[in-house]
Order: sequence, then structure tokens, then C-alpha cells
Amino acid sequence: RRDVLVLTPWLAPIVWEGTFSRDILNAQYMQKNLVTGVVTFAVKKYWFFIEGFMSSANKYFLAGHQVNFYLFTDNPEQISHLQMAPENHLFVITVQNHSQWQDISMSRMDIISRYIRSQFQYEVHYLYSIDIDVQLFEHIGVEIIDTLMGTISSWQYTARRESKSYETRTESQAAIPKEEGDFYYTASFYGGSVAEVYKLTRACFKGVMEDRENDIEARWHDESHLNKYLLYHKPTRLLSPEYYWDEEL
Amino acid sequence: RRQDVLTVTPWLAPIVWEGTFNSEILDSAYRPLNLTIGVTAFAIGKYTRFVGHFLESAEKHFMKGYRVNYYIFTDNPETIPNVQLQPGRRFVIVPIKKYPSWQEISMRRMEAINKHIAETSHREVDYLFCLDIDMVFYNAWGPETLGDIVAAIHPGYFNVPRSQFPYERRRSSAAYIPDGEGDFYYGGAVFGGLVKKVYEFTKTCHMTILMDKANGIMAAWQEESHLNRHFLSHKPSKVLSPEYLWDDRKPKPPEIHLIRFSTVDKNYKEVRD
Repeated sequence: RRDVLVLTPWLAPIVWEGTFSRDILNAQYMQKNLVTGVVTFAVKKYWFFIEGFMSSANKYFLAGHQVNFYLFTDNPEQISHLQMAPENHLFVITVQNHSQWQDISMSRMDIISRYIRSQFQYEVHYLYSIDIDVQLFEHIGVEIIDTLMGTISSWQYTARRESKSYETRTESQAAIPKEEGDFYYTASFYGGSVAEVYKLTRACFKGVMEDRENDIEARWHDESHLNKYLLYHKPTRLLSPEYYWDEEL
Repeated sequence: RRQDVLTVTPWLAPIVWEGTFNSEILDSAYRPLNLTIGVTAFAIGKYTRFVGHFLESAEKHFMKGYRVNYYIFTDNPETIPNVQLQPGRRFVIVPIKKYPSWQEISMRRMEAINKHIAETSHREVDYLFCLDIDMVFYNAWGPETLGDIVAAIHPGYFNVPRSQFPYERRRSSAAYIPDGEGDFYYGGAVFGGLVKKVYEFTKTCHMTILMDKANGIMAAWQEESHLNRHFLSHKPSKVLSPEYLWDDRKPKPPEIHLIRFSTVDKNYKEVRD
């Protein structure tokens, strides 16, 4: 691919179709017996998306590799029986719902970090957080596996630095100074090693709490905090906007 | 950015060329980690004459601003010159025995490096680079080279079709690579990575070298053949362009913008005696 940037200035690969061979990567990973976790939230009306997400993810996400899906929901009764591939497992975890969707969004960081500490670190090597309101139409494979991974938001891919949706108010913990910023990452799909995701979610939640105490809320909620974190803790691998799509585009 | 060369391998390892990276960003990520980088180099017999120039040039260009330990393996410690080093940088002589032929000397490097890591350097360094001594640094070699398993593309074969790579082609060798296989031809003069990883692959290479010895065969390019076999099945996580392993006897092609580390012109026959 010559038409796009395939390497960041800190030498992290940016994954686009045509830059990698999934066969070579699969051969590398087969040797290692990795278990990957996927965390997703279906709170309130979002239970509607569960079936679509789970059936497509079960089929297309890391097919052939062991995946544990951790589905957090306030409505476990709504979940119909889902047929899982033999290598995959589904764990349904009940959570409370909050009044506003922003709160749900931001408490995800807290929930993920707590569950990593108490459970996930013993069960998976890599962990990914994916929004439930997506369906996979193509395979997403081991090309995503690395220590710390961010996905470039399709909305922001061609935007120049000034127009990126970073939080700029210095009162917020998520603030990014004017001249800074590498890419705009989406909070809909990020992950990495369980240790790195723990650090990231802890840092983001800490930022969220401090903002709450100072009576300010970041422009794009947990996504603003994610972007701040990934600016100062550079991802070791980036996924191109091909990996997260917004139908409104 | 570079559009004239391949900058990412099919297994998503970066290929490091001038123009693909920003040194400031990399330094700001790596300096705070307080790393120590080790360098092994073998100066056996007449090769001790290269030590002075190697070290002086390394002091100017290699990992500036980082802690560095140079491990010079030699059979002749008295002939190693005393070179002035920058603060935070150390020089250690590792005495080893001299083998009768230059091929044997070359191949025993894997064993010597592996043994030294187990005994000493695993406690002293985070990353280790194994370099040939008959070379000189001409330009910066920095943290863009750091990675879990690092290999460098041989300058003679980066622009050449795979069928012409001088892999070992005899099936009876443990370094055998069949026609139609192979990603790159890596040079034996530069390899490295996390000290733990270097320990692992030097052990494997030494094992395959011993297997060949037991079968009365010596691979076409000695340990370089074994290294290539190993990196085919255990792919490097970072690949250095030939900027990091150049041969001054070659004319500089347009893809090479900067020569960082290159051979010293010498009379092979004379120095190998």
C-alpha cells in the first residue's frame, strides 16, 4: 500500500488491508496458544444489538483462535441462546445501569480495570474493548494482536490536527495542548495485553473521576481520555479506519 | 515517509529506513526507561586491529545518550587499545579461545554470546546487539533499532529476487531453505534484541550448527546461513534496512539515503590468516 501511511513516526505498524499476510501471522500465533478476551457492554436498550454483534463476532473475530467474550449487561434475561464456536466462550456479567449514557460509557473504564484485576488477568493474554453496536462483515484476525492497540477513527482520518476532536479545555484531565496529537483514536475498539489495558483503563477512569470532582465533563467522554492516554503512551500498533466504521459516513 | 521502499513486512514488523521514524518521539519514549544497551563484538587474531576505530565511531554515533556496555571477545587482551568512552558507557574484555579456522571462529560466536548472556550480560543489559568488529559507524544508530528480535537486511541482497539469496540449499544441512521460501536475506554482521530473546536464538543457532558438525557439513555462509534459517521460522519483530549494515565496496543506490554502519575495506586473505 503506497497510498496510505503504514508506519507511525515511532515505528508502530498501521494495519491496512494489503499490508499483511494473515497466514504468516496465524502461523506465528498458533505456536503460542493465546487466549484473547473481548469486553462489550449491552446496557438498557443496547440489548437489541447483542445477537447481531455476538453472531458476527463469533464468526469473524479471531476465527480459529480461543476467544472469551465478556458481555456486561443489566438485562441478562434478554439474552437468547447464542451458539458459540468450539474455541470461544461467552460469559454474561450483570451490571447496574446508570441514568445517562455518558455515565455508562465512562464507568466502562472502571468496570474493565476492576475485572482485569479480579478475573481477566488470569484468563486471557490480550483484551479488547469493542462497542456492541457494531457488526463484523469481514474477518478481523491476529493482525490486531500487540501490546497496546488503538484504532484510528474514520471520522478523523483526514482531519488536520486543529480540527481533531480532542478536549482542549485545560481544566479537564483529558486536555491535549494545541500543537499536539498524533491521531484521533476511537473508544469503540481498543486493546492490547491485559497489563497494558489495565494501565490504560485505570488512567482513563482516574481522569474521569478528577473531572467529575472539578465539575467538568470531557467533550467526547471516555474517548477524550483515551486519546490523551494514547498520546503520551504511544500504541505499539494502530488499526486503520477499515477496522472501525461508522455507517453515517 | 518513504514510498520507494517496503517499510513494513507481511508480518507487520517495521523495516527501519531513514525517513520512516522521528528520533525525538522515540527518544522521549525510550530515555525514561533507563535502559542499558549491550554490544558484543569479536576481535580474534588480527581482527584486534579494528577495535579502536569501531569503538571511536560507536562513541560518536551508537545509542548516544544511553548507557552502553561494549563486550569485546578476544584471544589477545593486550592488543586491545584503550579507548576513551563517554560517561555511562563501559568497556569489558571477554577472553575466549581462538579456533584454528576463521569459519570455526565465526560459527562459535553463537555459543560464546549465549554463554556470556547466561553468565553475565543478562544481569547488565536490557537489549543486546551482536555486531561484527571490522566495521565503522558513520551516522546515528539510535532507539529506532530497539525491538524484541532484530535482524538486518544484507546489503548485497536487498534488491535481488529471492531465488538468488545465498541460503544453504543442501537438504542435509540444518540450515536448509528450499527454493521458493524465504522473506529476506539477513546479514550475520548485525543482529540483536531483548537480551532474553538473543539468548534463545543464539542457543537455537548453536544447536543447528552442532547438528551440521555431527553430519560433517558446514553451511554455505556459516552462522549467517543458520541465522537465516532461524529467522524464516521465527520472524524478527523489527528489520533494519541495509543502512545499518552496509558494504563500502558497493556503490550507493538511490534507496540508501544514509549509511550508518559499514565494512572497513580490508584484505580478507591477509587478515583471516
